[in-house]
Amino acid sequence: MKRTLSILVENQSGVLARVAGLFSRRGFNIESLSVAPTEDPTLSRITLVTLVDEKELEQLTKQLHKLVDVVKISDITEDDHIERELALIKVAAQPSNRQEILQVVDIFRARVVDVSERSVVVEVTGDQAKVDAMEQLLRPYGIREMVRTGKVAMVRGARTAPQVVREERAG
Amino acid sequence: MEAAAASAWDERHQPNGQPVGAGSPTTETLTGADVLVRCLEAEGVEVIFGYPGGAVLPIYDAIYNHSSLRHILVRHEAGAVHAADGYARATGRPGVCLATSGPGATNLVTGLATAYMDSIPLVAFTGNVATSLIGRDAFQEADITGITMPITKHNFLVQRVEDLPHIIRAAFTLATTGRPGPVLVDLPKDVVTATMTGFRYPARVRLRGYKPTLHGHPRQLEAAAREIAQAKQPVLYLGGGVIAAGAAQEVLALAERAQLPTTSTLMGLGAFPPDHPLWLGMLGMHGTPAANWAVTHCDLLIAVGARFDDRVTGRTDRFAPRARIIHIDIDPAEIGKNVEVHVPIVGDAKKVLQALLPLVEPKEEPAWLAQIAAWKSQYRLRYQTRSDEIMPQELVDRLAAKAEEHEAATGREVVLTADVGQHQMWAAQFYPFRRPRSYINSGGLGTMGFGLPAAIGVQVARPEATVVCLTGDGSIQMNIQELDVVRSQRLPVKVIIMNNRYLGMVRQWQELFYGRRYSHSALEEGPDFILLAQAYGIPAARVDRPSQLDAALEEALNHPGPYLLDVRVRPEENCWPMVPAGGAIDEMLGVEEATGAGQPAPVQEVRT
Repeated sequence: MKRTLSILVENQSGVLARVAGLFSRRGFNIESLSVAPTEDPTLSRITLVTLVDEKELEQLTKQLHKLVDVVKISDITEDDHIERELALIKVAAQPSNRQEILQVVDIFRARVVDVSERSVVVEVTGDQAKVDAMEQLLRPYGIREMVRTGKVAMVRGARTAPQVVREERAG
Repeated sequence: MEAAAASAWDERHQPNGQPVGAGSPTTETLTGADVLVRCLEAEGVEVIFGYPGGAVLPIYDAIYNHSSLRHILVRHEAGAVHAADGYARATGRPGVCLATSGPGATNLVTGLATAYMDSIPLVAFTGNVATSLIGRDAFQEADITGITMPITKHNFLVQRVEDLPHIIRAAFTLATTGRPGPVLVDLPKDVVTATMTGFRYPARVRLRGYKPTLHGHPRQLEAAAREIAQAKQPVLYLGGGVIAAGAAQEVLALAERAQLPTTSTLMGLGAFPPDHPLWLGMLGMHGTPAANWAVTHCDLLIAVGARFDDRVTGRTDRFAPRARIIHIDIDPAEIGKNVEVHVPIVGDAKKVLQALLPLVEPKEEPAWLAQIAAWKSQYRLRYQTRSDEIMPQELVDRLAAKAEEHEAATGREVVLTADVGQHQMWAAQFYPFRRPRSYINSGGLGTMGFGLPAAIGVQVARPEATVVCLTGDGSIQMNIQELDVVRSQRLPVKVIIMNNRYLGMVRQWQELFYGRRYSHSALEEGPDFILLAQAYGIPAARVDRPSQLDAALEEALNHPGPYLLDVRVRPEENCWPMVPAGGAIDEMLGVEEATGAGQPAPVQEVRT
């Protein structure tokens, strides 16, 4: 099944190559990926979606742990968590149908971030289903181009992954 | 049991693993190359195997006429990394090698992969072009950290001279702790020429993503003890991890307390006394019938520091099919990787066994031991001698006998290195390895060309030992240039070539599985190894008659300096028994050829 892994890594060059290399070397697939520094500038977070069964997940997690630059791995699939993707969609728009497009955008609480003679660029944020639905509804108008991020995710509640790392370090 | 004597390495490391060379900052201004040398001194590194080149000229300048750091100049970088590997396998201390950028660095690749597969502690230093040129396809530039990512435990590209002490301490820490392995440190030329002040070698480094588990979980230890108490047909299965952890004594104590028939992988040979009534011999593709049948019929398999390699298990669904499995390993990723495990114990083999021993009650299963004894006596590996040709097994057998005499007469321990192929397997079958670290060979990667440079590393590490490189006429030619290191360093290494004019193991597979179509596996007469040895100033002899063999081996072993012996053996002999790749390990080919006995009687199975 699809698993969402949240991986804290050292914020150093080459770390993404190590993680991605491990996936291809051991025969696992990455479905979606997003990487950026965390609130602690020495750490980056990789949010990664992969399709694995239970046994594969165990082996994958253990292999990831062996990478010296990997600090913590959380499988948040089963946890109560928020997940978001962002998409920028450039839609063909004439003066005649621009209002109609804006209405669709409004319903989705998305935003128009650029307008030209013959196009609008829509920014939509949400879980995968919402972004998919937005894309479906805009398709009839003609999607010129679409850029979509990987998923980012965060567990609900006060506890944080860096906090767990700090506690483990102290203990 | 552990052979390694007190060394500079031991003296310079406190019991907690911290180097005594660590200390307070100095006020001198040092170049990166000087810093590297200071770090190696602080680590207690005695010897580096290396080869100079443009990018490492500053480092070579820093070690010019340097007294405390011995440098062995090899003739090919592959020789440097294999020699460092041999040094590490012989002692347990990290081997160190040094190569220049580009081709120098890429020539280390096979050796790093060899060390990685067998979990050998190595630190490899490579030069690189200046940081300003990296990524510009500069002369002799190679992305060696990118290239070696999958074959090192970790690697570093040093960006600033100030980072050197921390990174080098981290490299040695990673190479030698947890599951050992090779670590590469890439040094751009401007980093080693840059200067810094306030050099201080850190006692320890903090690696927040690295925390090996050393002690087994108490509940799992109790579960393991219960399994052992209940087992009717237990088998103990040892791997190289037993030797890496220095756990041979603990293994013997456990085996004797619970009367566990014991087998090992190629990498585990030497960890268990070969004359012991509980010893089954090696298991797997060229394992003994007793070991393979014992594993097939056991109801409990206790794996210690072993990784269920395909050459050991054959078809995994037919490997120990009735057994509960206890797996003790320092690497959690090994547990459950190839076979399902019932009692996983993550930890250092020595520490886990020390904690497990008091929980295990003395016991004995007479019916099982009787079955094992019957297999062992009826299916002992043997060979037919001939009057006109030396049998390859005979060479190993006589070498073992002569080595024993040599040890008794001179007090010098014999360490055997091997290359890869039939001779390596026959040595595993017929040479009784009595001490850990006495059989040095490339197990996981199966690297031809390993034996001679490894022997150089072993001899450098253990000048008091008699080091024998048993090799083939194929393997020796893969790093034969290192004979010049034997000559120049006056290393008394004995090279014994099992010369069958074939790539013997390739030919054996072609005979068995490719209808005797010997496609490019015949080496014909090959070079005159005697003349070659003489070109390097190494005395040499050739034998092809069984009647000459003993005297020739005695001469080789007792010769005060290096020696090469070319032994012409029967060319088309096969290594039996053999489990075809992907076959079940109880279905061996050539049991009758190997033992003179037919198929065994059915085994009384216990219900579990």
